[in-house]
Amino acid sequence: MEEELNDFKVIVFQIEDEEYAIPVEQVHAIERMMPITRVPGTPSFVEGVMNLRGVVTPVLDLRERFGLFRNEHADHTRVIIVAIDQMSVGLVVDHANDVLDLNSSQVEPPPEVVGNVEADYIQGVAKIGKRLLVLLNLSKVLSKEEMLELKSSESY
Amino acid sequence: MENNQYLEVFIDESKENLQTINDQLLHLENAPGEISIVEEIFRAAHTLKGMAATMGYQDISNLTHKMENVLDRVRKEEIDVDPSMLDVVFESVDDLEAMLLDVQEGGTGARDVEKVVAKLQNIETGQSPEQIDKVSDQTKTDAPTSAGFQVDRFVQTVLEESHEQGMFNFHVIITLREDCMLKAARVFMVFEVLEQLGEVVQSHPHAEALENEEFESFFEVLLVTDKQVDEIKAKIMKVSEIEDVDVQSYQVVAEETEAEEQTVREENETNEIEEQSDSPGTKEEKNRKVANKTIRVNIDRLDDLMNLFEELVIDRGRLEQISDDLKNTELTETVERMSRVSGDLQSIILNMRMVPVEQVFNRFPRMVRQISRDLNKEINLEIIGQETELDRTVIDEIGDPLIHLIRNALDHGIETPDKRKANGKDPQGNLQLKAYHSGNHVFIEISDDGAGINREKVIQKAISNEVVTREQADAMSNDKVNELIMASGFSTADEVSDLSGRGVGLDVVKNTIESLGGTIAIQSELDRGSTFSIQLPLTLSIISVMLVEVQKEKYAVPLSSIIETAIVSKDDIMHAHNKKVIDFRGKVVPLVFLEDIFEVPKELEEEEYYSLVMVRKGEKMAGLVVDSFIGQQEVVLKSLGDYLSGVFAISGATILGDGQVALIIDSNALIK
Repeated sequence: MEEELNDFKVIVFQIEDEEYAIPVEQVHAIERMMPITRVPGTPSFVEGVMNLRGVVTPVLDLRERFGLFRNEHADHTRVIIVAIDQMSVGLVVDHANDVLDLNSSQVEPPPEVVGNVEADYIQGVAKIGKRLLVLLNLSKVLSKEEMLELKSSESY
Repeated sequence: MENNQYLEVFIDESKENLQTINDQLLHLENAPGEISIVEEIFRAAHTLKGMAATMGYQDISNLTHKMENVLDRVRKEEIDVDPSMLDVVFESVDDLEAMLLDVQEGGTGARDVEKVVAKLQNIETGQSPEQIDKVSDQTKTDAPTSAGFQVDRFVQTVLEESHEQGMFNFHVIITLREDCMLKAARVFMVFEVLEQLGEVVQSHPHAEALENEEFESFFEVLLVTDKQVDEIKAKIMKVSEIEDVDVQSYQVVAEETEAEEQTVREENETNEIEEQSDSPGTKEEKNRKVANKTIRVNIDRLDDLMNLFEELVIDRGRLEQISDDLKNTELTETVERMSRVSGDLQSIILNMRMVPVEQVFNRFPRMVRQISRDLNKEINLEIIGQETELDRTVIDEIGDPLIHLIRNALDHGIETPDKRKANGKDPQGNLQLKAYHSGNHVFIEISDDGAGINREKVIQKAISNEVVTREQADAMSNDKVNELIMASGFSTADEVSDLSGRGVGLDVVKNTIESLGGTIAIQSELDRGSTFSIQLPLTLSIISVMLVEVQKEKYAVPLSSIIETAIVSKDDIMHAHNKKVIDFRGKVVPLVFLEDIFEVPKELEEEEYYSLVMVRKGEKMAGLVVDSFIGQQEVVLKSLGDYLSGVFAISGATILGDGQVALIIDSNALIK
């Protein structure tokens, strides 16, 4: 079958108890936590901006983005720098643990409800042995719509 | 490649010449009787023709020559200067520009110019330019002549003419020594000598082949000069490694009859097409790497330099901080010295990137002329301060908004001559374009003495487009109403015209200017005219800021908008319209509490005093309330990235000495 040809690598990270995956091409770097400057007037899931080797990079807290409560940053907290549509954005995750080879035949369409993430962000679900990986649709996660909504209501 | 080197010079100088022609033509239009202006144009055209011929761009020199003929007759007062004649000349200048552009981009500079040539010819012979008859409908004819020269018709006319003017036509054969090492260099030197003596009309082999050393030991040129044979010989022999110079008088072959010519031409036209179709391939490759827009340095390199320097500025900030902490005298001294040196370096780098706005402005006279003719309006354009310098990145971006504003002024601002007369004004409208420096900014003003902005009309339009409500509009000051015309989806022209008023426009202008870190303001008086005033930062990347703390967060306020800092006691705070204000040197100034606007988490105890940064936007002022001042610093302006673009009252970010990011406050957004 044609699909069998489609092997791809993913970066696996963890938020709470669930494992998520994003294609490795979209990942630029994985960094430890760095000082982050809050940016006022942005949605709560925008942590702020950080200095990534001289480039000011926005950072989102994926927990908040997925509607979970925010955690204190710990030693294992990582920032995954992803790049799509020429945007470079950092995502704060609880753990970044693995790089895996996946085959598109292992990916199933998202079920109606998966964990606590709105199905919108989900591209599919992959099952490897006992592990269940949620493949994220980054362009949805990084959609600017919510940003824009906030901007238009801005006033003081 | 050596060829490129000459080519760059050729392109640069030809551009200059074309610009001169352009400018002078516009002058000429205003003062048709001025023969001195015609002389000026003639001179520029002549140089252009000579250079193009030497470089082997026949079409350019051909067209220039025709233009020159017309100008020559104007000079001799045989033809009157009138708009239709100028139109044709302008048209040919356009063609020349296009050809030059082609050359610059590595092309052959070939272009179909027959129509314009025909028109020029008609003027020359005193006919109306529009009558394009078959007779003049050609550009080149290769007529066989003596001594191995294939003299085309154009060269022939040049020769004939010079002969009439009492100049000599010489056929010069220059033989280089067998052991000559750098033939191309020698050729170049010989040409230099020849150019001083007179004008090289043609060479064999042609210039490009000569530069590529594609010849045996000798080459031939046709020289038009007023010098004598001996002098020519002597001068050329001064160039080293020349074996022999042979100068013969060159006889122009009498013209064939019209009928013969016709047939010959037809044959040649087919030849020509073939020629053109196979030549570009080879030529283009050779010329591919021609001239980036240079001021002798590739712009990319300047950008790289700038980027590297930005990194340095960040590290400099860091070093300054470290040395402050360590309090080691030697270290402090070294760091101070380094700061000074890098400060000098910074101003040099910034200066290198500065370009006079002339680069943008010089295309406007033509544009204004064209538009005013299209609109049947009489317009006098005045340009002031075109030597004012701006950062290149700003220059690149500012052209389109300016074009838009000028079109807007011509289309909507300045009235038709009839209307102006009826209103008791000079039928000729005035448009002024003015650039000047002030502080850390450059101002560009576009003023017209036209109809001005009609408040009622703007309001009605705004209401019908649901930009504002009637109540809001009535409460608006005139300035605010003026700003409405820059709201999106706005156009006050009753009829939509080609030029402007397509509903997109001024809002785009406003956005572009704001994205450059500038502002735009409108002043207008009904029936007296309007002024669009653009304020731009001198440079985009490195700015001076005042670092302040709001609670525990650091923010940077651009120094350019700060008037001063102040500390006031809470008792001095007054209330007006439910807002906190202070009396600042006799003016009531509103206070802006940054910690409320930026929702800064409260960590500090409230104090008895407020620290204020007084900022202004035009005439208006505000006091930003902060918790402490850190100090002044040069920082590198960075964008927040695409994802966070358009955050309220934040214009960007910068990286501080400790590696942390501080946000830069856009104080303009905070002043209402």
